Amino acid sequence: MQKQQDHHRIHIESSENERESWGLPEEVTSVEEMVRLYREGKISEDEFRRFRLQHGMYGSRLNKDYTMVRIKVPAGILYPDQLIRLAKLCEDFSIGSVHVTTRQNIQMHWVYLDDAPAVEKGLVEVGLTSREACGNTVRNVVCSPFAGICRNEPFDVTPYAKALARFFLRNPMCQNLPRKFKFNFACCDEHSYARIADVGLVPVVREEEVSDGNASRKVRGFRVYIGGGLGPASYLAELLEDFTPEDMLLPTCMAVIRLFDRLGDREKVHRNRMRYLVHDMGFERFRELVLKERRIVLMTRSVLANLYIREDKVDAPHTDDIDLVELKPFNAPDGFHRWVKSNVMDQKQKGYAIVFIPLPAGDVTARQLRALASICREFSHEGCVVTTPYQGFALRWVMKSRLVELYKRLSETGLANYGALSIASVVGCTSTTSCNLAITNAHRLAKEIRSRLIELGLDMDDALRDSTIKISGCPNSCGQHMIATIGFFGAAVRMNNTLTPAYNMLLGGKVGKESALGRIVARVPAKRIIDVILRLIDVYRKERLDGEGFASWIDRVLEGNGTNIKSVDDLKPIIEEASKLPSPEEDPESYVDYGSDSRFIVKTARGECAA
Amino acid sequence: MMKARRRMYPVLVEPEELLNISSKDVVLIDVRKEEDYIHGHIPDAVSLPLARVLESMDPKQLHRLFRSVGVDDASKYAIVYDDTFGALAARVAWALEYIGHERVSLLSITYGRWVSLGYAVEKGRGKGKGIEQISTVDDNDDTGIDISADYDILATYDYIQAIIEGIKQLQQGKETNINSSSSSNSSIKKGDGDGKVLLDVRERLNYLDHHIPYAMNIPWKAFAGEDRILKSVDEINSLLSYRKISRSDEVIVYCGSVGTLSGLSYYALRLAGYTRVRLYARSLKEWRSLNLPVEGFKNAHYWDLSAE
Ligand code: HEM
Ligand code: SF4
Repeated sequence: MQKQQDHHRIHIESSENERESWGLPEEVTSVEEMVRLYREGKISEDEFRRFRLQHGMYGSRLNKDYTMVRIKVPAGILYPDQLIRLAKLCEDFSIGSVHVTTRQNIQMHWVYLDDAPAVEKGLVEVGLTSREACGNTVRNVVCSPFAGICRNEPFDVTPYAKALARFFLRNPMCQNLPRKFKFNFACCDEHSYARIADVGLVPVVREEEVSDGNASRKVRGFRVYIGGGLGPASYLAELLEDFTPEDMLLPTCMAVIRLFDRLGDREKVHRNRMRYLVHDMGFERFRELVLKERRIVLMTRSVLANLYIREDKVDAPHTDDIDLVELKPFNAPDGFHRWVKSNVMDQKQKGYAIVFIPLPAGDVTARQLRALASICREFSHEGCVVTTPYQGFALRWVMKSRLVELYKRLSETGLANYGALSIASVVGCTSTTSCNLAITNAHRLAKEIRSRLIELGLDMDDALRDSTIKISGCPNSCGQHMIATIGFFGAAVRMNNTLTPAYNMLLGGKVGKESALGRIVARVPAKRIIDVILRLIDVYRKERLDGEGFASWIDRVLEGNGTNIKSVDDLKPIIEEASKLPSPEEDPESYVDYGSDSRFIVKTARGECAA
Repeated sequence: MMKARRRMYPVLVEPEELLNISSKDVVLIDVRKEEDYIHGHIPDAVSLPLARVLESMDPKQLHRLFRSVGVDDASKYAIVYDDTFGALAARVAWALEYIGHERVSLLSITYGRWVSLGYAVEKGRGKGKGIEQISTVDDNDDTGIDISADYDILATYDYIQAIIEGIKQLQQGKETNINSSSSSNSSIKKGDGDGKVLLDVRERLNYLDHHIPYAMNIPWKAFAGEDRILKSVDEINSLLSYRKISRSDEVIVYCGSVGTLSGLSYYALRLAGYTRVRLYARSLKEWRSLNLPVEGFKNAHYWDLSAE
C-alpha cells in the first residue's frame, strides 16, 4: 500500500479494495452487559435508552420487549458475505426479512431485546456495526448510489464519504450532540440529496493557477450546503461558500459540528436539529460563525485529525459498449425491455451499467439477500451492492452484454421488479409496522400504490419519470414526503362521524439543484389515495403542454400558471371529489386502515427520535 | 418430577464418522418420501418416510414400525437423516426415544448437503423393502417385550394447560409487588413458571400473531447452522443464556405443525446439554383444533413488513 501526502492534510491511499470494518468486538460485550444490567433492573430505563440508541437500537411499537436494530452502512456499500450474514441474522433473530431505508441503512425489526448481543456479534464478525445509527450522533453518511459511475460527476465522492464516516464514528466530539446529525454526499447536482441534510456535499473541480502563474491545476473540492433537513418542519440547506477545497472538507465539517454542539438547543427536543439553530439566527450569521470556527479548528487541529482517502480500484476489463435503447437481444425473455427501461442506466464507463433492484417499500427476504449475494459475485465487477435512497439496491459495474442473463437470475427470486426509476418506486416509512409514533400504515400503502401503478403500466410512461411518490406515517418525514412530487403524511381525521385513517397530501417537492419542499394541498382518506393519484394523472394528461412531464406540470399549477386548471385552487375540488367516502354503513372498509381488519384507532407512544 | 436425561449417544454424527462406523448394528434411516429415497440415498440407508411415523403415537405400533426397518432390539444404533433442515429426522429420532430406544443420533447434515459435498449415493429400493411389510405385521407379534412410552420427553395439551395454570397462580401471587406492564413473553423467564419454560420455535411474525399463553419465542432457525442442521454447542448455549433459560429448567418446545421444527429444536437443547426437554409433539395444530386459548400482539401491522 502506498501512502502519499500532499502539502495539505489529506492522505490519499490506493488500496486493493481493502475492506472497511466498521464493527468493534468490544461493543458486543458492552451490548451484552448493558442488556443484562437493564433486565436485572440495575440501570434505569433512561440510562439504557441512551446506550441503546447510541448502539443503533430503537424501541419497537408499543412493545418494550422488542427492538429495531439499525445497521449503519456508510455510503450504502455491502459485500456478498455481509448480505449472507444479514440473511442469517434476520432469520434467526428477526422476521426473516430486512428493511432498506431511505438513508441507506439496513433495519431489522422485532428483534427480541435479549438477543441484541447475538445480532451485534453476527454483525461485527463481518465488519458491520449498528453503532451511532440512532441517537444524538453523526448518523449514517449517505452517498449517491451513482457515485463513481455518474456521467455528470467531476470525481467519485465515495472515498470521501467513507473517510468522513470513519472519522466521526466513535469520535468523542460527536457522542452527545444536541440532536442527530446527517451528512449527505451527492455525485452531481441532478442526483443530489445534499440540501436535505445538516451538511450536504456536492463535488466540484476548480482550475487554480499554480504559483508561477503560467500553468494551472485542477483542485477537487465541494459545494457545502448547511442546515437542511426534513421533519415536522423542513428546511433546505444553504450554500456555505462557492468552493470548499478538499483539504478544507474536514475542518469545515468539524467546525459545523463543534458549533452545533456548543450552540444547539438541548432543551426543546422538538426544535433541536441544527436547521432550527441556523434558521433562528439567520443563515448569514451562522455562516460567519462557521467560517470563524473553521479558522480555530485549523489553528488547533491535532495532527491526528486527518481524512484518509482510500480510492478503491475496480477491476473491470474493457468491453464493447452497447446502446441500452437499441438493446434488443433475440433471446430476450418476457419483460426484459420493460425492466431495462426503468431499472438499467448507463455508467460513464463504456460497456457497463448500473442495475437497480427496487424493493416493495424497502423490504427484502433472507432468500433474496442470499440470491443477491451470489448474483453480486457473478455480475458486479466491483464486487459489492449499494443501497439507494429509494429503499432498494443497485448493482454497479455490470457488463451490458450480460444483462439478459442477469435479468433471468434476478427474476428467479423476485428481484427483477419493474419501475425502479419511475413513479412506481414508492417510498414508505415503517410506520405502524413498527414505529411508536405512527398514525397510519404508510408502509403498506406504499406497497399498494406501487403494485397498482405497475399493474397499470405507469412505470412505462416517460412523462411520469420525473415524478416520485413518498409517504410517512406521521409528520416526522422519515418517508421523505416533503421532497416528493406527490407526498403524503399520516393523520387521523373524523369523517362522517367516524375516525378515519387519512393523509395530508403535498405537491411539488423535489431534490437536486432546484430542490423544493412540497406544499400541503389536501387531506385524503387512506383508502382514496390511489384514486386521487390516478385522477391527478388523468388531469395532467389533459392539461400538459407538449413534452411537459408530470412534475413540471405540477410546478406550473403551483405557480398559478396552469392551462385550464390554473392553480391549486382549481385542483382542490377535483381532489376533494375523488376523496369522497361512502357512509360507514355502506362501506366500513373505507374507514379501516390498510393492513388492518378492525376499527381505526390512534395509538402512539414515546418516539425516540430526540432521545 | 421428570428425571434428567443424559445421552449415551451423541446428538449428531458427522458424515466422516458415519463412513467409518463399521458396525452391523447401525441402522441408517432415510425419512424422506419414498420416491426421493428411490431416486437416491446414502448407501445402506433404509427408507422410513416421516408420514409413517406420524400415523400413531401408540408405543407398540411405533415399535413395530421401527422393528420393520431393522431397529429390532436395544442394541441397534439408529442414525437418522432427511433433506428438510434435519426437522423430519429429528421428529423420527424423537419417536424412537419416546418408545424407549436410546441409541439414536442425527446425521449432522442434510441429504442435499451430503450430495453437494460429493459423498457417495445409491439408487433404487436398496434396503427399503422393510416397510412394505409393516401393515401386514401381526398385531400379536410383540415378541414378548414390554413397550412403554417415555412420557418424560412428551408434552400433551393438558400438561401445558397445567403449566399455564401454575404460572397464572404464581403471577397472581407476585402481582402485588411488581407493576405488570411487561408483556407476557418476558414473564415466563426462569423462575416464573416454576422452572418451566414454554418455547415457541415458529418464525417471529407467526409468534407475534398468536401463541400459547406465556410462551417465549426463539425461531427454530436460530438453532440451525448455515451448513449443518444445528449450530455449535457454544452458539446454542449463548443464545439460551441470553434468554436466561438454564439447564435446570424444564423446556417444552412446540411449533406450528406436528413437532418437526420443534423436534429439531428439542435436539438443539439436548445437544447443548439440556436434559429436561419435552416435545409437544402435536403442537399448535392440535392446540388450535381444540380451541384452546392463544394470545398475540395486536398493536402493530408487522405483517406488512414481511417481504414474502
Ligand atoms: C420525532 C421523531 C423523528 C423524526 C423527526 C425523524 C426524522 C426522520 C427523517 C427526516 C428521516 C429521513 C432521513 C433523511 O433521508 O434525511 C428519517 C428516517 C427514518 N426514520 Fe425517523 N424520525 C423520527 C423518529 C423515528 C422513529 C421513532 C422511528 C421508528 C423506529 C423512525 C424510523 C425511521 C426510519 C425507518 C427511517 C428511514 C426511512 C425508511 O427508509 O424507512 N424515525 N427519520
Ligand atoms: S415518519 Fe413518523 S411514522 Fe414514519 S417512521 Fe418516522 S416517526 Fe414513524
